[in-house]
Amino acid sequence: MAKHTPLHAVHVAAGARMVDFAGWDMPVNYGSQIEEHHVVRRDAGMFDVSHMLGLDLEGPDATTWLRGLLANDVTKLHEPGKALYSCMLNPDGGVIDDLIVYYFSPTSYRIVVNAGTADKDVAWMRQRIAASGANVTLESRRDLAMIAVQGPNARDKTWAALPDMRAASEGLKPFSAARIGDVLIARTGYTGEDGFEITLPAARAEAVWNALAAAGVKPCGLGARDTLRLEAGMNLYGQDMDETVSPLDAGLAWTVDLKDESRDFVGRAALVANPARRKVLGLILEDKGVLRAHMTVFTAAGEGETTSGSFSPSLEKSIAFARLPLGVEPGGVVEVDIRGRRLKARTVKLPFVRNGKALV
Amino acid sequence: MSNVPAELKYTKSHEWIRVEADGSLTIGVTDHAQEALGDVVFLELPEAGRQVAAGEACAVIESVKAASDIYAPVDGEVIASNQDAVDAPESVNADAYAAWLFKLKPANAGDVAALLDTQGYQAEIANA
Repeated sequence: MAKHTPLHAVHVAAGARMVDFAGWDMPVNYGSQIEEHHVVRRDAGMFDVSHMLGLDLEGPDATTWLRGLLANDVTKLHEPGKALYSCMLNPDGGVIDDLIVYYFSPTSYRIVVNAGTADKDVAWMRQRIAASGANVTLESRRDLAMIAVQGPNARDKTWAALPDMRAASEGLKPFSAARIGDVLIARTGYTGEDGFEITLPAARAEAVWNALAAAGVKPCGLGARDTLRLEAGMNLYGQDMDETVSPLDAGLAWTVDLKDESRDFVGRAALVANPARRKVLGLILEDKGVLRAHMTVFTAAGEGETTSGSFSPSLEKSIAFARLPLGVEPGGVVEVDIRGRRLKARTVKLPFVRNGKALV
Repeated sequence: MSNVPAELKYTKSHEWIRVEADGSLTIGVTDHAQEALGDVVFLELPEAGRQVAAGEACAVIESVKAASDIYAPVDGEVIASNQDAVDAPESVNADAYAAWLFKLKPANAGDVAALLDTQGYQAEIANA
């Protein structure tokens, strides 16, 4: 039985095409995925991301415990509401999940994890709490809904729809959040555009969704979310990395903080013992066709593989992420095996698109 | 609800077939197929002169989501493919029955009779 978010009935009533995503019945589009993609790059779109799980971590040992759990270091966070992106690794250095952690105080954090990994993440965290004896509590917040409002006009339209959120969110810097009663409004997202991710009690989700729609924010499905994050150079868990892949080989070395040598987080020893063997670059297909995941890439330095690929509506070309030998540089030409044919692609630095502009 | 015109023939693999006055066959993908595929962004069509067998994968349609094969409905020879559709793949989404993909000269004119009619195809997609 597929799980439903608090907005499920709204999507069905809107005629959304629904698909299974990690056990959740979710909208893939409400008509045209490409139009939804362009709306986010040019105006404002919204996504139901309530399938992701929020977790509240509280207690005197919260900071110490997170420093042992995560590959990134939460002591970078000083201002209440500031967010940090991190991988949570297994002892072999593989990625259990990638997540966002919001800092409220040294004894209070909100963690947001992926839908498909939520159960194993919580089990792992609870096991780590029990084993360490840390004085913390971890609470799953399935009582919450999450709506991502994204695009150059996302903030203005959010304020038009939800004027009571304006004062608290107007001064937010990117990657920061504010709490307004039981609502968390964060200037974060997964599209490469400005906007908010709003976490709120499930009972209010439909009213807020409808108010945003009335203010001209267009509902968008997971299809557009995927092409937007791909253009923005953002990894998707389960596709671009998983428990068998080191963050150093998945383009996520920037999220691994080794500065404090006394900080012994899970996976640290494995990462130190096994330096990066691969690098992640973007590919832009020069020939006609569409790049997909798991295509073989032929380079002068050896073979590699695509991890995500699709058609980029912004560039009107096919793009992909590729895990390649360390010797491959941006600006070169490689060949990709697309169903038995070798087609030419150009290597580029990620991202492809940011804030509505092509960077490649 | 998908559009399934009465004057066409269909396959279980979601191709539509129009029998022309000269006996040649015009082939495309159904409205149901384009809806399931989502935005179409790339087409690879067979060249004129290619001999194809019934059920043979002879074209590729790629949407934002995935690549899908298109199959020859009967044995025959490809006599044309639609360059306009290749140049504007979104035309398949706009009108799947106007955006034909290729034309076949069937090896046996009688083979067409075995294809699905409107009712047969409607039953097929209702069960899917």
